[in-house]
Amino acid sequence: MKPSYLQLSYLQVGLAALLILINGAISLALRLGLGRRLLLAAIATVVQLVFIGLVLQWVFRLNRWYAVFGIMLVMTLVAGNAAVARTPFRSPGIWLNSIVSVWSSSWLVAAIALFGILHVEPWYSPHYAIPLLGMILGNTLNGVSLGLDRLGSELFAHRAQVEALLALGATRWEAAQRPIQEAVRTGMVPTINAMMVVGIVSLPGMMTGQLLAGVAPVEAVKYQIVIMFLISSGTALGIVSVVLLTYRRLFNKNHQFLYQQLRERH
Amino acid sequence: MGDSAFAVRRWSPTEERRPGIPFVISENDPILEARDISRRRNGPEGWLIHQVRCRFWEGDRVAITGPSGAGKTVLLRSLALLDPLDEGAIHWRGQAVWGEAVPAFRTQVVYVHQRPALFEGNVRENLRLPFGLKRRQGRRFDEARAVDLLEHLGRDASFLEKEQRELSGGEAQIMALTRVLLLDPTILLLDEPTSSLDQATAHSVETLLGRWHLEGSGSRVLVWVTHDPRQAERVSNRRLVVTSGTVTAEVTPE
Repeated sequence: MKPSYLQLSYLQVGLAALLILINGAISLALRLGLGRRLLLAAIATVVQLVFIGLVLQWVFRLNRWYAVFGIMLVMTLVAGNAAVARTPFRSPGIWLNSIVSVWSSSWLVAAIALFGILHVEPWYSPHYAIPLLGMILGNTLNGVSLGLDRLGSELFAHRAQVEALLALGATRWEAAQRPIQEAVRTGMVPTINAMMVVGIVSLPGMMTGQLLAGVAPVEAVKYQIVIMFLISSGTALGIVSVVLLTYRRLFNKNHQFLYQQLRERH
Repeated sequence: MGDSAFAVRRWSPTEERRPGIPFVISENDPILEARDISRRRNGPEGWLIHQVRCRFWEGDRVAITGPSGAGKTVLLRSLALLDPLDEGAIHWRGQAVWGEAVPAFRTQVVYVHQRPALFEGNVRENLRLPFGLKRRQGRRFDEARAVDLLEHLGRDASFLEKEQRELSGGEAQIMALTRVLLLDPTILLLDEPTSSLDQATAHSVETLLGRWHLEGSGSRVLVWVTHDPRQAERVSNRRLVVTSGTVTAEVTPE
């Protein structure tokens, strides 16, 4: 069967890679000193993508639930870790909280999509499950790390207000409400912004991919709409979860704010 | 303790724990009691406060004095249960306070920070804020009373309109004290409340708090942390001396 899209030869890929020379020339001309980093980044791009391409090729060919499951698990763990690594704040159990939040929210939403909306047969069909989860994870990771970051900075900056509320008889929930609201709001903003401009300013990667693969635009758009809602709900669940889990660790049952447990990494 | 008007009583850790000691004001049980409370230092080994016992009876006016870094603020915060204790417990009317009882306890035992926290908005909104809390439902913000309190501290009704970011350190403290008096607590835990005030305002704060104490017809309790021995003498009828994390002496007038 002849594929409906243009297959690339390695020569074509190599031609595209030469474009990195533009960046190199700019770096040289403006003395940015980025030459080394550019080279490393270019090599990383090629190595990482080739590696994941080979892995996915293998998983796609194997087409077994455990292989798909394994890949999904690794992706989730990496996302949960990356969300914490990006923020300077540390609280007890933050890694576990992040992984649990990213895992439960993205897998729940991916499951709803696979079983409830798309009815993929079998559910572990790798060319549905893996990219779907990947898109949800990427956005959830962003939201979770923004939410964590904001919660940490709010509690750091407003420790006096939180304590004053507690001293005046507020419950821990009342005292933490503002920082929690700010954190969830901040985490959700990028997704909401993306939904506002999608299709006008930006063509999402998945839709672009489908168009390049020869799918009719209206069909690609339908998929993209589904994806946007999956992403926004997954992100929201992940942020709320991580913020609440962190709150439970920083405010104990005696309605005390354990500010000493919140640290800023330098 | 060079004050001749005060008898110094060294605290003995082996002493039997009962209210038979000379500074007892009421024969009843204490209203607030710290039972052997300790708080560990964060990081290095050691204690911020260690095995502290102290009791407060209805009508008490207590000054807590001692060198900087001795643990006065830690003790005061612990009495309001603002920090987790590593040992011991805080008892309110004979019962240990923990869990869901803590916020209601804090409506009765209010800790006032040395540097008051301000919230968005003007003074009125700041004064009104605690009345929106769950544990204070059924209580209403009384603006006339707020103005009355403010007038005693040399401010008039226009002060209510002042934005929080325009308040000086002293004005913020005036706002914080007014806020807390409007809430009618039973015990006020004051952490150097007059340190940011000029002398005249400091005196009116002392007078106002003294009047508040009297109005409680013997049930209200004032606890002050202060560096100023003369202020301690003015505002208290007994004194706790805290040194290196423990109550080292009780000072009572003869």
